[in-house]
Amino acid sequence: MAKNPEYYESLNIDYKPPRGNWMDRPVDIKKGIYCYPARPVVLENVGMNDRSDWGKYWVIEDEDWELPDDWKERFLNKMRDMLGKYRTFKIYMDICVRCGACADKCHYFLGSGDPLNMPVMRAELLRSIYRGEFTKTGKMLGSLVGARKLTKNALKQLWYYMFQCSECRRCSVFCPYGIDTAEITIMGREIMNELGMNIAWVQESVSKCIHTGNHLGLQPQAYKECLDAMMYDIEDNVGISFEPTFNRKGAEILFVTPSGDVFADPGIFTLAGYLMLFEHLGLDYTWSTYASEGGDFGYFTANEMAKRMNGKIYAEAKRLGVKWILGGECGHMWRVLNQYMTTWHGPINFLEEPVSPITGTKFENAKAHKMVHIMEFVADLIKHNKLKLDPSRNDHLKVTYHDSCNPARAMGLLEEPRYVIKNVCNNFYEMPENTIREQTYCCGSGSGLNASENMELRLRGGFPRQNALRYVADKYGVNMMACICAIDRAALPPAAQYWNPDVGVTGVTELVANALIMEGEGPRTHNLRGFEIATWEPEP
Amino acid sequence: MGVKVSLSVSLGVVLAIVVVALVGGEVSTLQPVFGIFVPYAAFVIFLVGFIYRVVDWGRSPVPYRIPTTCGQQKTLPWIKQNKIENPSSTLGVIGRMILEVFAFRSLFRHTKAEMASGNIVYGASKWIWLGAILFHYSFLIIAVRHLRLFLEPVPFFINGLDLVDGMFQIGAPTLYLTDLLLIGAVSYLLVRRLIVPKMRYISLANDYFPLFLILGIGISGVLMRFFIRVDIVSVKELTMGLATLHPVMPEGIGAIFFVHVALISTLFAYFPFSKLMHAGGVFLSPGRNLANTNRAKMHVNPWEYPVKIHPYEDYEDEFREKMKEAGIPVERE
Ligand code: HEM
Ligand code: SF4
Ligand code: SF4
Repeated sequence: MAKNPEYYESLNIDYKPPRGNWMDRPVDIKKGIYCYPARPVVLENVGMNDRSDWGKYWVIEDEDWELPDDWKERFLNKMRDMLGKYRTFKIYMDICVRCGACADKCHYFLGSGDPLNMPVMRAELLRSIYRGEFTKTGKMLGSLVGARKLTKNALKQLWYYMFQCSECRRCSVFCPYGIDTAEITIMGREIMNELGMNIAWVQESVSKCIHTGNHLGLQPQAYKECLDAMMYDIEDNVGISFEPTFNRKGAEILFVTPSGDVFADPGIFTLAGYLMLFEHLGLDYTWSTYASEGGDFGYFTANEMAKRMNGKIYAEAKRLGVKWILGGECGHMWRVLNQYMTTWHGPINFLEEPVSPITGTKFENAKAHKMVHIMEFVADLIKHNKLKLDPSRNDHLKVTYHDSCNPARAMGLLEEPRYVIKNVCNNFYEMPENTIREQTYCCGSGSGLNASENMELRLRGGFPRQNALRYVADKYGVNMMACICAIDRAALPPAAQYWNPDVGVTGVTELVANALIMEGEGPRTHNLRGFEIATWEPEP
Repeated sequence: MGVKVSLSVSLGVVLAIVVVALVGGEVSTLQPVFGIFVPYAAFVIFLVGFIYRVVDWGRSPVPYRIPTTCGQQKTLPWIKQNKIENPSSTLGVIGRMILEVFAFRSLFRHTKAEMASGNIVYGASKWIWLGAILFHYSFLIIAVRHLRLFLEPVPFFINGLDLVDGMFQIGAPTLYLTDLLLIGAVSYLLVRRLIVPKMRYISLANDYFPLFLILGIGISGVLMRFFIRVDIVSVKELTMGLATLHPVMPEGIGAIFFVHVALISTLFAYFPFSKLMHAGGVFLSPGRNLANTNRAKMHVNPWEYPVKIHPYEDYEDEFREKMKEAGIPVERE
């Protein structure tokens, strides 16, 4: 334990809630925990749920949140509407027995000790309003049966805690009825969206995605420039050069990935990995600058917005006339693709059932959806011996794997990435079983919470994951955490820097590309990050 | 409400029911009320309420297929799928639901996370699972055993159950194992709510009340069997009358019986308005009862509507010059 940074020793979060009743307390909104509210101008831009009809910006510190006069009605009407539209919502409001099984499963609770971050309490914040406004017993008996009226205090509390949930679904794994607090958060956020109560980080990304196609707001030429810049690095470190294509009609495959990887370290190395892999395979594929965001920030606001954003992927596939779509490493992008996309836009008749052009494998599990996950694609390649790999090039790494919450709990993509990693790395170590696979922890910044002003929340929420990482770092000397999510790649490094300064973060495809022996490559003395490959020996 | 209020109100209501039934049960003119009217009314409320609630849930559609996946998905043929925890067929879903309903599979995963010198440690913690299983199975078996009061002749399996349940032959009349387990398990669930700080924090009167009620049912039942005997022949006459819809009110059933019946009637009538509806809801919970086949098979949402997607044409119109300059193909020059 000697290697533990001091703050581990001093970290002593008390999981014992205070005495007394939570319902009577005024909400205490703390700096460092909350995200800045969205500005009306941003909302106007996306033409949805803006505050333009009452035109007020709101400031968290202010007593009054500049709500419209009929805010209660709007809230309750929306809630009624959603109760009628979603069986999940209705049942989850009704059947929780408060058994407490979910209470200590949330990373935000474990990192903060704030009792209202226990998933059951996060849900009760809304459930109490449901009882008080929608059920007869609640209306009659009030707080005796855990019911309350919708007040400003209740609304603020709801806002504060629904933006302290990363919709990771870890709690729902343990619930005897499968109650999914993420779903309740999704409902709560959509209801509050009616009052223009979303956060800047999410809404600005939404606005940029709709406008330019990606959350970074990269215009088409800039997007291409980012990839071009990557090509220079590849040339330097791998010794080959080639040109990827953009918006190319008639390509066989459209490749869609989150835009974060185009721009920021360490995601760009994952991007380099995609480029190299596809070049090596001679894949007939294209990038798109229009559908240049796989991530769906709309999903953190409202169902309709999520659908609007996501629709661009099929629209582009149709316009370009591709046969099927390959999806890159991203967490919530894949939750949306797997659980919503076909229902939103299906049936998808203008694409073909995905078949790997290299191995001939039919991806039967994607028959209707027509999109394949990069890990499914690569695992299939490796299984069929289609990649020449030298895992020793990753020997300087001791790798562990962080299951991103969405692929794990909204998909079940558990073995594919492990199979790939084990084939491209010689040193792989699992974190403790309570922290991986379906029990995996969120990075701490999911569902649009990776802003900068809420860094304390992110570091606290990231703690359970980082604590598990610390365990394998101490025990096996793990120095690299692999993941298949762009938000992870943005969120894990600052958390690691704080809790595990000696561990890096990588996408799985980056590891693949480092091990990949490419035709015509120069001497691979350096890996994609420009570090010397330890096992490289010059030919005699 | 604070713990004290929640506790005293829920306990108070249960005690009030006991007192009212004790007093009323002694008055012969009121006996038909407590012995016939109240049970019938409670049963009707239960039946109508339960069905209403389930139908009401059913009225809200399941727009998206969003099961929580707890195992490997169906994917490439050489990767072993977890067919139960991540089902892709109806059979798999049924398997998953059977495990949830009969074995409380998800609750069985429970671990306890604690902070020890700056690290989170996970301890196995199966007590809540054990308590819940013992409580529910005892409750079920006791309920089934009670059918002997409503059926004539008594079916063989109820006699069999009786025999097994009473196999320890302790005392006379024989003590049923499930009576002990029920009272023990409910007491555990109650004590847990009171002494575990997290549980105390999340518990409401709605949580204490059913526990007190069931505890009262259990205790009054045991009292009736061992300490304040009631005339079992008259009881059967009454219950058979209820079951055959020809109610009669025999003389001389002890007041304790009316306490037992009043508490059970309360439980029945309370059921549809409370969290006890989880008994129906668990079957309808979309978090568990759907197959994860969204990519293979389209799931239809009855209220899906078209939305405005930022059109490619607008995008190109806005960036055409820049695209051309960068060598990105455009539709219109
Ligand atoms: C008539 C039927 C039922 C009754 C009267 C009943 C009653 C209860 C009660 C009173 C509790 C709360 C215990 C507490 O406060 O700690 C409870 C909890 C629970 N019930 Fe039921 N239940 C019934 C049916 C079911 C069914 C069909 C399932 C199947 C999954 C189920 C699963 C659970 C679980 C997992 C818990 C949580 C653990 C606990 O808190 O004990 N119950 N039930
Ligand atoms: S595990 Fe499920 S039933 Fe238990 S408290 Fe949490 S949400 Fe409620
Ligand atoms: S979904 Fe995740 S973040 Fe939200 S309450 Fe559950 S465990 Fe916490």
